Amino acid sequence: MENSQLLVLILSSIVKVLFIAHLLIIGVMAMIWSERRVSGWMQDRLGPNRVGFQGILQPIADGIKFLFKEDLIPDHVDKPLYVLAPAMVLIPAMVTIAVVPFGSSITVLGHEIPLQIADINIGVLYILAITSLGVYGVVLGAWASNNKYSLLGGLRSSAQMISYELTLGLAIIGVLMLTSSLHLRAIAEAQGAYPWHWNFLIHFPAFLAFVTAMFAETNRLPFDLAEAEQELVAGYHTEYSSMKFAMFFMAEYMHMIVGSAVTVTLFLGGWHFFGLENIGGPVWSGIISFGIFFVKTAIFLFVFIWVRWTLPRFRYDQLMNFGWKFLLPITLTSIAVTGTLWITTGSRLVVGIGNAVAGFIVASIVAGLLAMDAPKPAMQDSDNQLTPTALDAIE
Amino acid sequence: MNAEQILFILFGAVSLVGAVAVISFRHPIYSALSLVVTFFAQAGLFLLLGAHFVAAVQVIVYAGAIMVLFLFVIMLLNLGTLSVKGAIGGKLKGFAIILGILLAIEGIYIATNVLNDTAIASAQPATASPETTTYHIGELLFSKYLLPFEVTSLILLAALIGVIVLVKRSPND
Repeated sequence: MENSQLLVLILSSIVKVLFIAHLLIIGVMAMIWSERRVSGWMQDRLGPNRVGFQGILQPIADGIKFLFKEDLIPDHVDKPLYVLAPAMVLIPAMVTIAVVPFGSSITVLGHEIPLQIADINIGVLYILAITSLGVYGVVLGAWASNNKYSLLGGLRSSAQMISYELTLGLAIIGVLMLTSSLHLRAIAEAQGAYPWHWNFLIHFPAFLAFVTAMFAETNRLPFDLAEAEQELVAGYHTEYSSMKFAMFFMAEYMHMIVGSAVTVTLFLGGWHFFGLENIGGPVWSGIISFGIFFVKTAIFLFVFIWVRWTLPRFRYDQLMNFGWKFLLPITLTSIAVTGTLWITTGSRLVVGIGNAVAGFIVASIVAGLLAMDAPKPAMQDSDNQLTPTALDAIE
Repeated sequence: MNAEQILFILFGAVSLVGAVAVISFRHPIYSALSLVVTFFAQAGLFLLLGAHFVAAVQVIVYAGAIMVLFLFVIMLLNLGTLSVKGAIGGKLKGFAIILGILLAIEGIYIATNVLNDTAIASAQPATASPETTTYHIGELLFSKYLLPFEVTSLILLAALIGVIVLVKRSPND
C-alpha cells in the first residue's frame, strides 16, 4: 500500500510537471501570436496572418528563426554572466507555477490526484521568494552586457522591481488574514463557488494594487521603462541575439501567464465558477475545473494585452511616486482595515465594504497630496528626480 | 545513508563552497552572487530542519532584497576588480592573521570535541510540524518574544526615519 501510493505520487507528479511545462511553452507561443494579432486589431491593421490559418503558426516560424540565427557573444561582455543571465530570467518565471493549483482533483484508478504540482505549506511565501529572484537575471544581463543602455535599463528595472515587490507582498496579507493559511489550495477553496464571495471583492483596493504591481513585475507597459525603445534601444537585452534574446522574450510572457494564474488563484476564486466545477464524476469535475481555471487565466491575459495598447508609459519619477506614495499607503490601509474589521465583526461583507470605503478615502487623499507637490512640467526640481541619479551611475 | 543526510551534505557543501567563493573572487559582482548561492544552500538546510517559514524568509529577505541592493550599489558605483593589496592594505593584515588563527583554533576545537559528544549526535531536532511553523512563529512573536519584537520594530523605525531625514535634507543646508 505504501509503495503503490509512492508510485502514484511519483508518476502523477512527473505527468503533471510535463503537462504544465509544455502548457506554459505553448501558452507563450499562443500569447505571442495573440498579442500581435490583438495589437493589430486594436490599431486597425492586420498583424501576422500568413503562416498557417490566420497566422497561428507565426510563433513557430519565429522560433525557428531564433534557433538558426548565429549565437553571437560580443567581445566586450562578461562572458559567464552574459550566458547565465537569460536562464536566470526564465527559470524563476517558470518554477512559480509549481505551487499554483490549476484545478480541483482527478480520481484515476481509485487514487485522488490533486491538480497541483506541489501543495507546499508556505505556498504564498514561495511565490514571493521566487518572484524576488526574477530581478537577478535582468540586472546581471544588463551589467554583463557592458553597455550603457543595457546598464540603465537594468538599474531602472531593479529599482522598479524592488519597489513594487513590496506592494505585491503587502497586498496579499489581507487575503492571508481571512484564509489564515499559506496554502494556495486552501485560499482557492476558501473563496467558494460564487463571484461575490471571491477575494477581489473583499479586498478590492488590495486587488487593484496587486494587479498593478504585477504589471510592474512583468516589465510590461505602462511599466516597461527598463526597455523603453525610444530611450534605451532595447534596455537590458540590447546586446542579446538569437535564442538568448528569445529566452528573455519568453520569460516576459511566462511571467504574464504565471502572474495571471496566481491572481486567479488568490483573488478570482481559482477554479470555482457557480458550482460548475462540481458537475460530472470524479474525472470530469477535475477536467471542468481545470477548464474554468484556464479560461479565467486566458481572460486575465487578454487584459494584459489590452492594457499594453491602451496606456502610455510612465515617466520614471511618476513610476516611483506611484509605487511608494500611492500603492503602498493603499495596501497598508487595506491591511489595517481588514485586520480591525475581521477581528471586531468577523463578517466578510463588513470587511469588503470597509476596505472599499477606506481604499477610496486614502486613494483620494494621497492622489490629492501627490497632485499638489507634483513637479512642474519643466522638471526644474530635478534634484528629487530619480532619473539623474541613475544617469550619474554610468559617468 | 538516507535521503536527508545526502541532502544535508549537499547543501552544506554548496554553502561552504559559496562562502569560500565570496572571499576568493576578485570581482565584487561574483562575490555577491556567491553569497546568494550560500544563502540558498542555507535555506535548503532550514528546509531540512522543517523550518519552512525561515527558509522562505531567508530567500525573500537575503537573496531577494538585500543582495539585490548589494548588486545595485556595486553597479551604481561601477566597482572594478579589487586587488588584494589595495583592498586590505598593510594595516589590517596583522589583525586578519590573528583573527584567522583564532577562528582556526575554534574550528579545530569544535571538530575534535563537540562533534564527538554523543549527546549532540543523538539529539533529535525539534519536531515542530511543518504545517504549523508559521503559526507557531506568529504566536511566539506576539506572546513570549513580544518585547524583543517590539524593540526590533522600533529600531527599524528609527533607521527608517533616519534615512528619510538624511535623504530629504535640501542641498541649501
